[in-house]
This record gives sequence, C-alpha cells and structure tokens, in this order.
Amino acid sequence: MSALRESLGFLTSRLRQVGIFVALILIVILFQVLTDGILLQPQNVTNLVVQNSYILILAIGMVMVIIAGHIDLSVGSIAGFIGAVAGVMIVHWGWAWWLAIPACLLVGALVGAWQGYWIAYVGIPAFIVTLAGMLIFRGLTLITLKNQQITPFPNELRALGGGFLPDISGGTSVLEWLTVILGVGGTAAILFQALKERRVRRKFNLENEPMAWFAVKNGFIAVLMLIITFLLASYRGTPIVLIVLAVLVIVYSALMNNSIFGRHTYAIGGNLHAAELSGIKTKKVTFRLFVNMGVLAALAGLVFTARLNSAQPAGGTGFELDSIAAAFIGGAAVQGGIGTVAGAMIGGLIMGVLNNGMSILGLGTDYQQLIKGLVLLLAVGFDIFNKNRTGAGGGSSMGRRFKWKTTPPATESAPAATAAPVGVDAK
Amino acid sequence: MNVPILQMRGITKTFPGVKALQDVTLDVNRGEVHAICGENGAGKSTLMKVLSGVYAHNTFDGDILFENEPCEFSSITDSEKRGIVIIHQELALSPYLSIAENIYLGNELAKNGWVDWRKTNLEAAKLLARVGLSENPVTPIQHISVGKQQLVEIAKALSKEVKLLILDEPTAALNDEDSDHLLDLILHLKGQGVTSIIISHKLNEIRKVADAVTIIRDGKSIETLRLDQGQITQERIIRGMVGRDLESLYPDRTPNIGEEVLRIEDWTVQHPQDHSRMVVNNASLNVRKGEVVGLAGLMGAGRTELAMSVFGRTYGRAVSGKVYKYGQEINTSTVSDAIEHGIAYATEDRKHYGLNLIEDIKRNISMAALNKLAKRGWVDGNKETTVANHYRKSMNIKAPSVAAITGKLSGGNQQKVVLSKWMFSDPDVLILDEPTRGIDVGAKFEIYTIIAELAAAGKAVIVISSELPELLGICDRIYTLSAGHITGEVPIAEATQETLMHYMTKEKE
Repeated sequence: MSALRESLGFLTSRLRQVGIFVALILIVILFQVLTDGILLQPQNVTNLVVQNSYILILAIGMVMVIIAGHIDLSVGSIAGFIGAVAGVMIVHWGWAWWLAIPACLLVGALVGAWQGYWIAYVGIPAFIVTLAGMLIFRGLTLITLKNQQITPFPNELRALGGGFLPDISGGTSVLEWLTVILGVGGTAAILFQALKERRVRRKFNLENEPMAWFAVKNGFIAVLMLIITFLLASYRGTPIVLIVLAVLVIVYSALMNNSIFGRHTYAIGGNLHAAELSGIKTKKVTFRLFVNMGVLAALAGLVFTARLNSAQPAGGTGFELDSIAAAFIGGAAVQGGIGTVAGAMIGGLIMGVLNNGMSILGLGTDYQQLIKGLVLLLAVGFDIFNKNRTGAGGGSSMGRRFKWKTTPPATESAPAATAAPVGVDAK
Repeated sequence: MNVPILQMRGITKTFPGVKALQDVTLDVNRGEVHAICGENGAGKSTLMKVLSGVYAHNTFDGDILFENEPCEFSSITDSEKRGIVIIHQELALSPYLSIAENIYLGNELAKNGWVDWRKTNLEAAKLLARVGLSENPVTPIQHISVGKQQLVEIAKALSKEVKLLILDEPTAALNDEDSDHLLDLILHLKGQGVTSIIISHKLNEIRKVADAVTIIRDGKSIETLRLDQGQITQERIIRGMVGRDLESLYPDRTPNIGEEVLRIEDWTVQHPQDHSRMVVNNASLNVRKGEVVGLAGLMGAGRTELAMSVFGRTYGRAVSGKVYKYGQEINTSTVSDAIEHGIAYATEDRKHYGLNLIEDIKRNISMAALNKLAKRGWVDGNKETTVANHYRKSMNIKAPSVAAITGKLSGGNQQKVVLSKWMFSDPDVLILDEPTRGIDVGAKFEIYTIIAELAAAGKAVIVISSELPELLGICDRIYTLSAGHITGEVPIAEATQETLMHYMTKEKE
C-alpha cells in the first residue's frame, strides 16, 4: 500500500516527464487508428524518421540555447542558406562531398559565431539578434541561389538524406540483419546504462525512482526501441541519418550532463548572476552555444537539401518554430535552466507524428498549423499549471519567467542590485 | 483596551508531503503591534499568506475571525477589501513608475477609465506626509532609496484604508537609521488606530515596538508573550523559537593569527553610472592567516562594492588600486582570476547572486570549481556526489539528499550550500557578505561556528555585516567604512558598538 502511494507520489512529482511520454503514445495510437494502420507501417515509420531528422538535429542545438536562457529564430534561414552554399560548392563548383560537407559545417560555425558575438559580447538579446539573422540569412540564401533552385546533387550527398545502411544479408532475408543487430544492441546498451546509473545513485544515497516506475519506464523504452527496429528492419533498414542522429543524441546528452561546458550552460540559464560570480565565463559559454547551434543548423540544412535533392530559395522556412516547439514540448523551461536533449527528441517526435499523421489523413497545412499551435500551447501551459499547483521549482516566479536573459557587460550587471543600497546615503 | 480584531483558530495548512501549519492560534488585539517570531521555515509567512487570502479559504482548515466576522478570502483582493494589507519582504513596486502611480497601482483614481492625475498626485502627497516622506509624488520609484520605497509601500497600504497592516521582515534590507524611522512610523500608525503584525528576526526591534509576540515553531504556535505581563524578553523569545536555551550566541574561539595573506591598497571605485561619485575611495586594508576581519558600515558606505570590485571587478568602473597576496601583487580583474588566486566572495543576496535555485545541492556546490572534478572537460559525477555528501555532513545541511533542489531549502541551509561551494574552491581568503542575513537564530550559531572553523584552519576571513553585535562576536579586528573611506581600524579588545558607530558615521574631509 505504502509502496503504491510512494509510486503515485513519485508519478505526480514527475507528471511532466510521464505526461509527455503518455502524450506521445496516445498520439501514436490515435493516428494509428485514424489512418487505419498506415502510421506504423514499415515504410511510413522510415519516412517519419527521415522526414523529422533535420528538425531533431536542430532541436538538439535549440534545447541547449534555451537551457542557457536564450532563443534562436534564425536556424531555419541558416539551414536554407547552408543548403544554398552546398548547392554552389557541389553543383556549380564541382567540389567533392567530403570537402563540401566540412566546408558547409565551417560556414555554419562562422554564421553561429557572427550571431554569438552580438549576443554574448555586445549584449543584444538573442531574440533580436536571431530575428535579424532570420532575415539576413534568408536574404543571403536568395542572393546565393539567385532565386533559383540548384539541382541535382550527387548520390553520395543524397545518401545523407535518403540513404540506408547496406544490407549485409545480401537481400536474402526478410529482415535487414544489420538493423536488427544495431537495434537490439542499442536497446541492451540503454538498459545497461540505466541499471548502472541506478546502482550508482544507490551507492551515493541519492533518491532513486521507485522500482516499479523504473521497470515500467525502461521496459517501455526497450519495447519501443525493439518495435521501431523491427519496423525499420522489415523495410529498407537503418537510414544513415538515423545513425547520425543517434550519435548526436548520445554525444550531446553526455556533453550536457557530464561536461564542464554543459554544466556551465545549465548554470547560466538557472541563474546568470550566480554563474558569473562563480567564475563561469558566461560570455564565452554563450558564444560557443551559438557557434554550436550554427554547426547543427548547417548539418540540418545539408540533410534537408540531400533529401530534397535540391537547394531551394525557401528551404528551411519554419524549421525554427518546429525545433523551438520540440524543445518546449520536451520539457525545456521558458525561463531557462531546465531541459534535456532526450526530452527535446520526444517533443520533436510528437510534432513529427502530428505532421505525418495529419498529412496521411489529408488535412491541409491550415489545420495542421492550427493543431500544432494548440499542442505547443497546451504542453507549456500544462507545465506551468503543474508547477503552480505543486509550488515546485524555486525559479518559477513570474519575474524570472519574463526577464530578458542576456549577458550584459559585467560592469553593468552588478549595479542592478547594489545601486539601490548605494542611493540610501543620499538623503 | 484588549478588544480582539483578529482571531485565527486551529489553522492547519498542508502542502504535498509537508504539514506547514498545524493547529495554529493567533489572537491580535485592536490597536496593538503584534510580532510573529520563529525560525526560518517555521511557518510565519505561510500563516500570513493564509490570513491575506494568498491561499484561498478552501485550501486550509481552521477559522479566521476579523472584527468578529468570519472570513473566507479567495484572493488577496478579498482581504484588502476588509482592510487587511500585507507588505512582502520583496517590495512589490514598479521601478519606472512614479511614487503616486505605485501607490494607486491596481487601485487607480479614475473617472470612466481615465486616470485623474491631479487627484492621484494630490492624494499621494497626503499619504506621503502621513508616512513622513518628503518626496515629490511624481519621482520614479527607482530614484529613491530602499528605505523610502518601504515607506511608499506603507503609504500604498494606507490608501487602501488599512485596518490590519502585515509587514514581512520590513527592515531586512534597511540600514539602522531607516529601520528606526520605519519602526517609529509603525508606532505612529498605532496611535492612529492601525493594528500591525510584524514578522521579524531582529529581537531588538521586537522589543522596541511589540505589544505582544506570538512564537511559531515547526508550524505550531508555541505561545503568545505580552508586554503588559512583562513577558517580552530576548531570552524568552529565543528559548521559544529554538526550543532550547542558547547559552551563547557566538562560539568560543582562540585566534591563531599568522602572516598577512591579502592586502588591498589605495582601492578606488567609481559608481557605474554616476562617474563623479567614488563609491570606494582610497581604501586600504589587510587580513592575516587565521584572522576574522570585520567590515562595518552603514548602507551605502561601500562595503559590498569594495568586496565585489576586488572580486573580479563585478562592481563599478574605473577601478584602481593594488591587491597583494603574500606580498605579491595579483590580478583579480575577472572572477576566475580572483578564484584562481584563492579569493572567494559569498554574496549578501544568495537568491539572486549566490545560488542556482532550480538546480540541486551537489551542482551548486561544484559550480565554482568544476575543473577540480573534471578531466579534459568531463565532470566525474561520482566524485561530485562524494564531495557534496562530504559537505552535507560537515556543514550539517538539512536535506533529504544532495540531489535536493536548493530552492526548496530554508535560508540557513541555502547559506550553508553557498559556503560549501566556496570552501570547495579551496580559497585562502573568504569574503562573506552578510553571511547570516535572513537566517534564524539556531542556524546563525552554526554559521558562526563554520566561520570560526575556517579561521582555525588557517583561512583569512573578511566578514561584512550590518549587525554590529555579530561583528563584535566573531571578529578579531574591525574596519569601519563611511562614504567609501576607511574611517577606522579597531582591534576587538577596544571595539564596542558605540566606538564602531562613531567611526561609521564619521565624515572624512
């Protein structure tokens, strides 16, 4: 009885995390029924992964920027711009893909550095800088493309968007065995990691989630992984971009949890002043976050261009909104300091399943946008409602929520609090 | 005379997992100043939120009778209609609006939706006169001092025809002079028939103004002491609050003072906006190994500004002067430089400048010295937890585990997390700015003990405090600041509150 109550208490305290998971499942079931089973057909699942990959890549960078208390509205334009740059490099100049891809990522880094400079060192709010960036890089896309699409791209680049890992059985089996091996191996690795983490927490006397919840959660994740593996394996196997995405998720999750850079990002978003007074080089961290965002936006642009097999003047339009929505639906806090890469991925999948399911149903973009907007509003609204109800999170006061998160020059950041007392003697 | 205005009976308020208030009784008589005392987390603020309708009437058990009528408030608007006004510790004023606008904020003097500015400013001026504030009502709030802002809050309460005024730690951010003025005003309002409830940690203030004191401990009302029965004494209040006698407010220590660790010479700092003003002017001081040095001064004297400008130039502009450590000049122009040179600064405002409140204890403790836990940029999480567990034990941080969120800890425990953070950065010099502000009596003793232990371990400690008895209780030597100048350097043997106050108010030509 008390174990049950403990579990229930735990579930309510983690309502957000549980909620987003349940939401994803419900949405999948809903569209599975509405589309007469088309949603979870092997071919469609493969499509779902490939179609959403660039949003998910963007969401990784976006959630990091949001954790630091900033925002990036320019990623769609940057992705479009890099698509155009890739088109010029590869199609017009005839560069090899192995030269063009790093070159494009470098251009992405420079774009990120440009924006990061204005945000971190000049102190202009990210909202403004990236709003400007949204226009600037859309303009540069149009200039680069001279308002015409560039096509076609060589197969090596197209593989990044639509290619699959080779079939090691040589086409003799119903299932792609390499995919099965990767999927089962990956699942085992995730379970092993979860168990290890639990053991460590127990060792250090930290609260663990109740066993029942732990088992249900990880069992569920494992089953989900295996189902997706099976579905992918029974179509054309593992999309190359999924491997890219998996590597990014693993690397960036580790980076955010275990690296000094990741920790400093959380610290800046949680309390900028405390971070500064703890010796964290907040400007440097902010600058790097935007450079990183630029690189990921460039990668997303490459994947998108590869998938379409053309660099288009309007390429990437609206990506920023989908990736921002993914981060927030995935539990990132509006005021910064809270969020995870994994959460952003689930948020991105929710958006993806919505997009895909509604497209299969033949709903027009008008209704798609309406529904996606409502989902975003509800997800964040639920979060805030939940926070107010439990009174959780010391950082959820209204003042913090609406405060601009910028990195003003150090000389002007301190007086905000100290200026007032100084005035006392002037009576 | 003893006509009850407010009776709270059997108030019980539960949060998920916590009983914040348990069968609390509070009786306040008309026209008295009633103090509520208790350690941090005892439930004082919760009780006031219950009373003022911040917590709606159906979220707690118990009855509230105000002027002999039962109250069922759903929001703060309901309680204000009945004349109950609460002034929170953090002032709820809008910095860019004028005094008059702030007074009538949400309650505008308007005709058909249009503000009547003449009347607004006229009425505001009358209210300002009542609270003894001679400021023009059109002055923006940000241009007046915190002490005066507090008075504006009271004027705002008066505009709502207040019968019962609740003040939550009204003097926490004020200097002595402003505090005195505020307390006089409370007594003055009492003469005009306004009943006040005042929550305070400062026992001398309570002795000055309170007719009755209700003590709350662990969510229960312990007892109500009445002045006319001669029950209000410091010892009695402290005993009630902590549930034990405090033989001594300060730990015993035998100083073991060694060589000079830090010396600051000719330190001058300009005000960041007003460049003609020197916030710190040609200040020189030093601190030795194992020594606790106090920095005394009234608000605005430049104590925090001196500390922060030394600590990575985090305050002020055009900073000049020299910092020496063990006789060698060092560069402390960024926070990380200062930390690398073994300087730590624990801020006076831990919520805004000291802690990441949405993060857990261990990550706060490691924040200033993550590189000590990392190899090639990767943090060793196990080592971090071990370190945090060590400090939780040695500092007696009361929390279920080091994975607890710091925002949910009491003030005293938060302060211990801040101190742990800086101890982990392994400094030679610790600058502690108001280390016991907003902390209850029991936890204060613990903080003093920690300071004593730091000194005993050979650290050089600088303590900035507005509470002179505290400086006298823990320091070996005290510098006084006045208007940015060091006006005195007093060894503890010669220091008394009177001598310090004399130097603190001294004008330097």
